[in-house]
Amino acid sequence: MTDLRQHQRDVRTYLIGFGLAVVLTVIPFVITATGGLSRTWFDLAILFAAIVQVLVHLRYFLHIDLRHTPRENLLALGFTGLLMVIMIGGTLWIMGNLAARMMGT
Amino acid sequence: MSQVDIQQHEENEERAYGFWLFLMSDAILFSLLFATYAVMVTATDDGPTRSEIFGYWRTVANTALLLCSSLTMGLASIAIREFDKTTGLRWIFVTMILAFGFLVLEIQEFAGLVAQGAGPDRSGFLSGYYTLVGTHGAHVTIGLIWMAVLCLHLALRPIDPIIQSITERLTMFWHLVGIVWIGIYSMVYLPGLYQ
Repeated sequence: MTDLRQHQRDVRTYLIGFGLAVVLTVIPFVITATGGLSRTWFDLAILFAAIVQVLVHLRYFLHIDLRHTPRENLLALGFTGLLMVIMIGGTLWIMGNLAARMMGT
Repeated sequence: MSQVDIQQHEENEERAYGFWLFLMSDAILFSLLFATYAVMVTATDDGPTRSEIFGYWRTVANTALLLCSSLTMGLASIAIREFDKTTGLRWIFVTMILAFGFLVLEIQEFAGLVAQGAGPDRSGFLSGYYTLVGTHGAHVTIGLIWMAVLCLHLALRPIDPIIQSITERLTMFWHLVGIVWIGIYSMVYLPGLYQ
């Protein structure tokens, strides 16, 4: 009986995650097809939907949970996030700066 | 739980943690390919730009295939955890079909682009594009091979903790592939398609 309940809970978690992921996928695709937003707002909307969907995948598909996931897994995930911010942000900053300085030549 | 079971359980947890570290390093690899693409996106050398080469419905189809495959892989992992071999095999099979469909569309897309002279050697933008999307496609291919091997395991042996551990790691891998695709359609395809 508990096995059956556990099974239903596991499947429901996946279905909830899938439902949320579908909504968060349809939104950016519809925005792209309909147009009408300025480039900045479009970029922000897409970025926001992507970040939320990544969190949905982590929570419902990879079962990352701040209370139950082992601390070392969370640390690795957090450190990866930090490295990504440093490396992507740093790359864009340096290369953007370089491009701006090269404009005149 | 017997002593052996506990030992096996701990071993599986260690394997999952080690694999998690691998996935994190893989995520860092992809983030650098994203950064490279972002830097290269304007370097078109008067060749095709990002607003000219992507197809909307192909991107929709690829996204749908991969998202559905995340769900079916998850359902397979639940079934195998519960020693339900028939259901597990069925969902892995569906996942393989979806992944295969994704690869066919992607190879078609690449072949079509190369045929119109938009190969990876055309410009910095296209080099960045093929490297990023191609690396993701290579991950899909590896996942597909891994699924085939798992099917073979399942066909030959009863479900044991080792098979469950392999399935758990394959599922984690597949979800990472799905997450990277969110980045690819959001940062590569949709911004190119938006007019």
